[in-house]
Amino acid sequence: MQKELIKGNEAVIKGALMAGCSLYFGYPITPASEIAQAAAYYFPLLGGTFVQAESEVAAINMVYGASAAGKRVMTASSGPGLSLKQEGISYCAGAELPCVIADIMRAGPGLGNIWPEQGDYNQMVKGGGHGNYRNIVLAPNSAQEMCDLTMKAFELADIYRNPCIVITDAYIGQMMEPVEFPTTRKKVPYKEWALYGDEKSKKNLVTSILMNTHLEEEHNKKLQKKYQTIAENEVLYEALNTEDADIVLVGYGIISRILLNVMEILRKQDKKVGLIRPITLFPFPSDFISQAADSVKSFLVVELSNGQMIDDVKLAVNGRKDVHFYNRMGGAVPSVDEIVDVVKKFI
Amino acid sequence: MKAAVLEKPKAFYDKFERKGKTQQETTHYCPGCGHGNLHKIITEALSEFGVDDRSIIVSPVGCSVFAYYYFDTGNIQAAHGRAPAVATGLKRSNPESIVISYQGDGDLAAIGGDEILQAANRGENMTVIFVNNAIYGMTGGQMAPTTLVGQKTTTSPYGRKIENEGYPIRMSEIIATLEAPVYVERTALVDFKTINHTKRAIRKAIKNQIDKKGFSFVEVLAPCPTGWKITPVDSQKWIQQHMMPYFPVQAFKDVSDQRESMEIEQRDYSDQEVLDVLGLSQLGEKKQVPASFIENFPTQFMKIAGFGGQGVLSAGVVMAACAMNENLEVTWIPSYGPEMRGGTANCSVILSNSRIGSPLTTNPNVLIVMNGPSLDAFEDDVQPNGLIIVNTSIVDRRVKRDDVDVLYIPLTEIASGLGLTAAANMVCLGAYLEYTKLIDYKSLFEIVPLAIKKKHLVDTNLKAIKEGVKYIRENYSR
Repeated sequence: MQKELIKGNEAVIKGALMAGCSLYFGYPITPASEIAQAAAYYFPLLGGTFVQAESEVAAINMVYGASAAGKRVMTASSGPGLSLKQEGISYCAGAELPCVIADIMRAGPGLGNIWPEQGDYNQMVKGGGHGNYRNIVLAPNSAQEMCDLTMKAFELADIYRNPCIVITDAYIGQMMEPVEFPTTRKKVPYKEWALYGDEKSKKNLVTSILMNTHLEEEHNKKLQKKYQTIAENEVLYEALNTEDADIVLVGYGIISRILLNVMEILRKQDKKVGLIRPITLFPFPSDFISQAADSVKSFLVVELSNGQMIDDVKLAVNGRKDVHFYNRMGGAVPSVDEIVDVVKKFI
Repeated sequence: MKAAVLEKPKAFYDKFERKGKTQQETTHYCPGCGHGNLHKIITEALSEFGVDDRSIIVSPVGCSVFAYYYFDTGNIQAAHGRAPAVATGLKRSNPESIVISYQGDGDLAAIGGDEILQAANRGENMTVIFVNNAIYGMTGGQMAPTTLVGQKTTTSPYGRKIENEGYPIRMSEIIATLEAPVYVERTALVDFKTINHTKRAIRKAIKNQIDKKGFSFVEVLAPCPTGWKITPVDSQKWIQQHMMPYFPVQAFKDVSDQRESMEIEQRDYSDQEVLDVLGLSQLGEKKQVPASFIENFPTQFMKIAGFGGQGVLSAGVVMAACAMNENLEVTWIPSYGPEMRGGTANCSVILSNSRIGSPLTTNPNVLIVMNGPSLDAFEDDVQPNGLIIVNTSIVDRRVKRDDVDVLYIPLTEIASGLGLTAAANMVCLGAYLEYTKLIDYKSLFEIVPLAIKKKHLVDTNLKAIKEGVKYIRENYSR
């Protein structure tokens, strides 16, 4: 089938529908509103539900309810909205409810502005809510991946019974690119633990409260084991020219697109530059970065934040090589030339 | 007279195994607490209607957080105050399930004030049981929004003061003002009379849901001897003497008989229907293009700029879609963020034979300027040997640089000649493709009918493309 030229934000919704998602609960916020608008347009036409919730808090709790009911369900927002959703995300993680949440990052803190940033890394990747939990976090860098990784998010969420975040910046959300969509809609699996409102499922209990300390500890250990399994099996990344690289650039989202140009320009100048683009932020491609650290001389992490992902890179490198940092904040995006100059300082 | 059969309702578990290893026959509630009575009334109603298997009880945060110990139904526990939102998610997912949101006064009237109002206002087909005991029970007897004026609690040790906390909130009265709710009633748990009243109300609230009539709300004034620090018997008197005068026990709204049943159609959709709805079935098959076309295609870093309304963004979309149709890689991004300047609308479009990195064209090799400010803003950014297309109908100066190729075209005038000023952007695309010969301009004809929403304007836009081609042939033939 021919591709469709489509905005990343809309590709999320078409991908979600092809993944069998049938309910969307959300609240408007720039620059994620196209997702809600596309959901409002398409979901009712396919017998699905779109509810514009009264708040971000209500939206995530509707997601909690629909997920408990065995459906594939999603919501989307941007930084300020995600801050409000954290309680609900913690409840989903605690009750092991699968759900998909898109975060189209804007600049912060506070109201900030609507331009692209990557300052939500810590709150989404490290777990911005209370308690010992992890989200699975996927970071698309193209409209095609906005569709593909949204679909993958539903699969992973169901497999691991865990919230799965699709995180990107305002640029990837607003950009139009060709997307090839699948032609068959995924079937939603029957969930033994869900509440379908019938005789078979009425024995089920969805909760995150365990008053007995022993049981709560056991539950926590089970969750940690699950996160370990995810870390062992679900790492995704893209690596280019790392084998012979002196310096490896690390970035995700829009930054990885800019770094691709930077690498190409410097390679033409015979500079040995490589690129690692984490596609999963949790689980983080720590092992691969650790291996790369054996051969490369240094890393340059570029982020649209105060330096959040760099902590994970440093943990992987474990002090063996220099990890340089370059960033822009507040909605400013570095140009290719700007980063080329930075890289030249380190080689 | 029919004999009453006294038996445990089916919707209660025989043994409360979730409670723990001991005391599986008794509840965790304090002596004299209202929850026990209410649980029984709910289970009786569910069993009588024969809907236990379809029912899901949403437990709140509060003493009834453990309601799932007792109800032999589906059970889910919600975050503090969010039960109506959780219930919304459950009910919308499986409309045949019977969803009961069971909440206390702190949960419903304080932290969850918005969730309950909005669920009621949407007319969610659910049943809400609101247990009002004028206090936070579980956390140790703190003040609730329903705590009476003068009532002493652990966080109002000198009694609730109007000047500090305002008046107790009357939720039933508030909810009854909304249009959507079907049934709103306040009852009490004091004696046979009030308990029977509560029973009737809860039965009606559940029946309404079974009949798909919409949102029903029953507020129950319930005793909390432990929180109030008085005996169970005195608690009943306290409700009568202190709560009922402020919280009148009565129906506030009942349109159960007037409301129609709301059936929700549920069916599966075929893949073809899904593709049709998503607009994917009209995309057709991929075009065959010669490998040499792809190989030799020079990357176009385009910036298209002008006033809002000049079709700047749509020109970019059409150009990108056209190139995509020829199997090229493309990106389109509107003026966004810090690169927006000079009061112009603009978009960046990249057409390439290989993977595109940054979608931003900081240094375009094609600049299309529909107005003067755009030329001022971007002229210096154009790559040497790049191409600038100037809309001479509006831009009143020449390009200053001598290291770029320039096409001067009265785009707006040509479009006006066709009776559609807004088609200046299509005149431009026709001219661009005819001049560069990168893609056959006729390829635009495949895209424009799909891209233009106002179908009666398609023909004029196609003519505009041809006019652009003609202008180049007459003025810039190479």
